[in-house]
Amino acid sequence: MNFETPDFLPVVPELFVLGMACLILVVDLFLSDRSRVVTYLMSQATLVGALVVTLGLSSPIAQVTMNGTFVLDPMATLLKSVVYIASFVAFLYAKDYLRARSLFKGEFFLLGLFAVLGMMVLISAHSMLTVYLGLELMSLSLYAMVALQRNSATASEAAMKYFILGAMASAMLLYGMSMLYGATGTLDLGELGARVQGAGPSSLVLVFGLVFLIVGIAFKLGAVPFHMWVPDVYHGAPTAVTLFVSSAPKLAAFAMLMRLLVDGLPGLHGHWQDMLILLAVLSVALGNVLAIAQANIKRLLAYSGISHVGFLLMGVLAGTPEGYAAGMYYAIAYVIMTLGGFGMVILMSRAGFEADRLEDYKGLNERSPWFALMMLILMFSMAGVPPFLGFWAKLAVLEAVVSIDLIWVAVVAVVFSVIGAFYYLRVVKYMYFDKPEDEHSLVAGSDLRFLLSANGLAVLGLGIFPGSLLALCASAIG
Amino acid sequence: MAFEQIVFYAFSAVLVFSAGVVITVRNPVHAALFLVLCFFSTAGLWLLLRAEFLAIALVLVYVGAVMVLFLFVVMMLDINIAVVRQGFARYLAVGGVVAILLIAVMAMVVGGDYFGLERTPVPEPIGEVSNTRLLGLQLYTDYVYPFEIASVILLVAIIAAIALTLRRRPDSRYQEPGRQVEVRRGDRVRLVSMKSEERR
Amino acid sequence: MTEFLQTIFIGWGLPESLAIGLTILLQIALILGVLFAAVAYLTLAERKVIGYMQVRVGPNRVGPRGLLQPIADALKLMFKEIIIPAGADKKLFLIAPVLAMAPSLAAWAVLPVADGWVLADINAGLLYVLAITSMGVYGVIVAGWASNSKYAFLGAMRSAAQIVSYEIAMGFALVGVLMAAGSLNFGQIVASQQGEYGLFSWFWLPLLPLFVIYFVSGVAETNRAPFDVAEGESEIVAGFHVEYSGMAFAVFFLGEYANMILISALAALLFLGGWLSPFQGWTDSWLGQSSIIWMLIKTSFFLFLYLWFRATFPRYRYDQIMRLGWKVFIPITIVWIVVVGGLVMGEIGPWFAAA
Repeated sequence: MNFETPDFLPVVPELFVLGMACLILVVDLFLSDRSRVVTYLMSQATLVGALVVTLGLSSPIAQVTMNGTFVLDPMATLLKSVVYIASFVAFLYAKDYLRARSLFKGEFFLLGLFAVLGMMVLISAHSMLTVYLGLELMSLSLYAMVALQRNSATASEAAMKYFILGAMASAMLLYGMSMLYGATGTLDLGELGARVQGAGPSSLVLVFGLVFLIVGIAFKLGAVPFHMWVPDVYHGAPTAVTLFVSSAPKLAAFAMLMRLLVDGLPGLHGHWQDMLILLAVLSVALGNVLAIAQANIKRLLAYSGISHVGFLLMGVLAGTPEGYAAGMYYAIAYVIMTLGGFGMVILMSRAGFEADRLEDYKGLNERSPWFALMMLILMFSMAGVPPFLGFWAKLAVLEAVVSIDLIWVAVVAVVFSVIGAFYYLRVVKYMYFDKPEDEHSLVAGSDLRFLLSANGLAVLGLGIFPGSLLALCASAIG
Repeated sequence: MAFEQIVFYAFSAVLVFSAGVVITVRNPVHAALFLVLCFFSTAGLWLLLRAEFLAIALVLVYVGAVMVLFLFVVMMLDINIAVVRQGFARYLAVGGVVAILLIAVMAMVVGGDYFGLERTPVPEPIGEVSNTRLLGLQLYTDYVYPFEIASVILLVAIIAAIALTLRRRPDSRYQEPGRQVEVRRGDRVRLVSMKSEERR
Repeated sequence: MTEFLQTIFIGWGLPESLAIGLTILLQIALILGVLFAAVAYLTLAERKVIGYMQVRVGPNRVGPRGLLQPIADALKLMFKEIIIPAGADKKLFLIAPVLAMAPSLAAWAVLPVADGWVLADINAGLLYVLAITSMGVYGVIVAGWASNSKYAFLGAMRSAAQIVSYEIAMGFALVGVLMAAGSLNFGQIVASQQGEYGLFSWFWLPLLPLFVIYFVSGVAETNRAPFDVAEGESEIVAGFHVEYSGMAFAVFFLGEYANMILISALAALLFLGGWLSPFQGWTDSWLGQSSIIWMLIKTSFFLFLYLWFRATFPRYRYDQIMRLGWKVFIPITIVWIVVVGGLVMGEIGPWFAAA
């Protein structure tokens, strides 16, 4: 048996997170409910530690190890870092919310950490095998997190829908992968790219495999017409879980898109571009139109998320390095904004009151001018109003689309984002021009208030100085 | 016809028949049992391909454990099949179209054109090798990273199952074997020395 | 023997494929014949042994010293009516006993009784046995469900949960054996227990916890006392086969005893060196030679343990069975697998020294 021990160094962040998760699992067993905060602190420490290790290992050249199943490249480093930060923020937002609803259990943070591990595996995948396994690890943890609120019927329903549709999507993905494997005889994404190039783009098996692959990815991203689970899951899950589900996993799904299509199937770019155009246009259109009809802010943010996915896809479908960088920039911007948006919902809620109706935001300006301003920033940014972060993200994506002469796609996107501005502005109108229905003062702790302020200011700051993040994304794509 | 072919067609016929019965039979317990038969004939087919480990693992895991628990649940639930069948006619059209499309895709793609013998020739048998041993060597060397991730997925499944189902109900009583074992004679029996009553 | 029979058949002018088929059929018939005889006399042995343990004589009327008793029993059962309860699922009711017995017979296909004396010498023999025996539970559940009787159903549920639980511990114990032997083939497992220290070279010593757990799990798997809650006469009459009579009942009975013999034979092969002599390496006389006799003695020893248990122990309560399986056996086996891994890697003792 000639077996060369693989280079374990690039995998150290994964090993670190796994080891810490197992340690926390054991430590959590011996904690009483009152000292549960130790679990929380250890989880946060894990994320910080993973960030440090990942940044320490970053290198400008791609390293493939573990018999070609794992790759560490600048894109992986950047996406993983954002995943850690987003998860850190999500856990912090979640803490008080969970406490107030007696959901403050070790399992939330453990499943969260395992989901993060899944995302890391997915982001660093260099083989269809690891793409699938990372996806499953992430999804399984998320299903369980959605169902964690056992006595809530809506949460159970949401979890069930999420699970069944997610399983369908995985099946589609696997079916597509099996076709590709059958046609090319390799699971390795780099090798797959080379062999597809050799086979020529007309091979029917490859195209069918690609279709199933894209269906699976679109399910996970929540792109129209595979978006049906998104509003129900976002609405039904406890807000803290919604916050987590809507943020970091999108980055992982973006990474999956990049790994499978850009790394694995560049030879079929013409085919997948058409499919992505369809998905992107439908998502932008349907997401923005349906969001207008929503009276629940979690559903509203869900539909807005669907439209954002459409924009994200536009960056990728361009098929140019600038386009990929724009897509990544959009994904990161979306994560920052959605964290803030759901963070506001958590801020407004208290025990027994979810603050998820739009009416609950009426007159927020009178109750707390500062947080009304933060919400204003977030809403404007999501609508794509300059000079906030969301504007630059949309601009970058549209530039990418225009650069490959798909002007009509850009026009459609602009038209529908103008339509979409309506519902964002309605929230702003509620906050500033309506009388409050609810006179309770906000009960959130100081750490949450501080973080939310920082989140809102980050959207503003990154909007005023857009260059640095975009440059980071561009350098990560290389 | 060679012996192997006879065996192949026999197992295949049983497989197709039982798979059909699984979805058409009215009694859910019968359906589950036919599914067991399905797994069994699949295992037979795999044995023909000399994938002995896969075949035996299929029987061991699916037939021996998963389907037993499945039957357990089906038997206890007493599912009302009439309710499940409601709306069958309504969805028939859509379902039929999807099914036909899928079959068409399979016929076009998975057929002989792409996966026929001239494309993927039968591998040369490499003499007496233990399938299980080679599989083990591969899993723990080249594929150790995916293998470990798969095990983490199972760990998450355990955590999730426990998190979603374990609860202490205040109204049911528990035994604590530790405390039962700790019991000493002194906790249960008290010797009192009493003076005997005076005879009157 | 295989070649011998084949040459005879070919000598009769049969084509080769038919000759092979006939040979295999004959071998199967031979194994089954011996097995059924063993089962019959095991029932007699059980009644006799338990009788003596309880200071009774046991059956002594039919034939000399009661030796024909099993035959009388079989005849009686054959001529009894098979009653199918009202509301029972007739097909499943009749198929259940077959499902219960067939696996315990099919497992014998790979079990050697002496060096090379085996029907199918396959590489994954141990795995095959594990998979096949795990199917025995279907007979029990199907019988319980098809009987349309509460007692039967309760018994079936108990038994299914118990068998599935103990299978895990049993599987882990077998994992220890395969790690120690480095093979799943029974012939090689026995061969790797060969050594100059006689019975101390066998695997029972380094794998002692696994050995104990394997056999206790085996008792639980076969639903024998003290784990016979599936039958539990005092609670649920006779458990899953309460509605069975006549030959259908007899088939269940056959299956149970065939399973006992199977578990005993496996224990002998895996932990006590199968057909190896306990005095191997100590003496070169006939005592030190391996032969089928040793295998029979070892198997009988385990069968005797079965009977001894039944006469000695009170029945476990259901929750205690589950606790023993999940919280005691499974953790111990996992820990010991790690220990075995260390022993094998360190090539420790006469068992794992580099060959």
